[in-house]
Amino acid sequence: MRLQIPLAIILIMGLFTIVTSFVPAKPIADLNQTFRNWYIGIITFFIFLGTFNLVRVNGERIKTKARDWQYSIILIAALGVMLFAGFFKGRASLDEGSPFMYLYFNVQFPLEATMYSLLAFFVTSASFRAFRARNTQALVLLLAAVLIMLGRVPVGTSIWKGFPDVTEWIMSYPNAAAKRGIRLGIDLGLISMALRMILGIERSYMQ
Amino acid sequence: MLMTTGPWVWVAGLLTLAIYSFLYKDNPVYKMAEYIFVGLSAGYWAAFLWWNYAYPNLFEPLAQGNYWNIIPIAMGLMMFTQLSRRTSWMVRFPLTFVLGVSLGLQIVAAVEGDMVPQLAGTFSPFTRGAMFNTYDFWTSVGYIVLLVGVLTTITYFFFSKEHKGILGVSSKIGIYFLMVAFGASFGYTIMARISLLFGRLHFLLSDWMHVLK
Repeated sequence: MRLQIPLAIILIMGLFTIVTSFVPAKPIADLNQTFRNWYIGIITFFIFLGTFNLVRVNGERIKTKARDWQYSIILIAALGVMLFAGFFKGRASLDEGSPFMYLYFNVQFPLEATMYSLLAFFVTSASFRAFRARNTQALVLLLAAVLIMLGRVPVGTSIWKGFPDVTEWIMSYPNAAAKRGIRLGIDLGLISMALRMILGIERSYMQ
Repeated sequence: MLMTTGPWVWVAGLLTLAIYSFLYKDNPVYKMAEYIFVGLSAGYWAAFLWWNYAYPNLFEPLAQGNYWNIIPIAMGLMMFTQLSRRTSWMVRFPLTFVLGVSLGLQIVAAVEGDMVPQLAGTFSPFTRGAMFNTYDFWTSVGYIVLLVGVLTTITYFFFSKEHKGILGVSSKIGIYFLMVAFGASFGYTIMARISLLFGRLHFLLSDWMHVLK
């Protein structure tokens, strides 16, 4: 029962979703929509589980006074403040001008943007290593990156007016060709793996 | 030149500097900002997903008398069973439901929304004659490059046969197309990060310190 029922659920739900996606008739389409709503609702529980686990792990760190346990207090406090701001006024907690949005725009957003902008320094040092034309393939990578950047910044246009057109051509044809090839490969892999899981051949996710 | 008196701008400014302090070395101020970020993010997503997805899709209809919604709520709560080793097997029920629907949707989306339009976009310039109707030389060359690029890139990822002969030549050409795409992505990534850096510096120098007008 612990194995058969889950295998039956994935088989039924997978086939039902595929088949009913092509059936716009009322009762079937409604049922399909209901299952999609359930699916969206259920996956949100993953983040609730993650949040719960975050509290549990950090609570444990505080209790056992593990290394740097003081930071766990800050984390739980920040989480508590955000949760309180997000729930104390009901649905209106997410309205514009609410404390929740104030915290988002003035604390979380600056932290997030700065965190990502920090990568500019590391990406610069990484590009110094990556942009060495050791062989022809590396030279192609270097040229593509340099041309793309020159075509997208004002200094490139002031050097040569044709850079934006070259950039556009690279993006629309050779770049799009490789991205399409990768995309088609991913799609074929995704379909074969999805069918293996739906048909119960691939079960490693249940361990 | 007077610095802003807005408390929230000060908070944002000091936290921005706290994150940048990592450029010197890992330090308690950076760690504090990092933990605040993790805590706030978790709280933000929990509230955001609750009010935008879980509540309108599951709990609101239940409150309005749709008792069928007890099933997905029970399945959602079953996720927490994995916290105990004795009950962790129960997580398979919500997991297989979510996987079943998600995989079904992804198969349809991959075929209908991705593969067919991508292939059509690659071949249609030739079948519809757009290739021969255009008077722009570089556009015509582009269509040929696109077709050759897609086919050679796919052969590079074809591992069922050894890359020898025509397949070997094709996969080698495919690598060059991949290098162009990786170069373009890398160039864009650098630009995006630098742009974010400028954004933060502008905030510090303009909104906070009022050095820039």
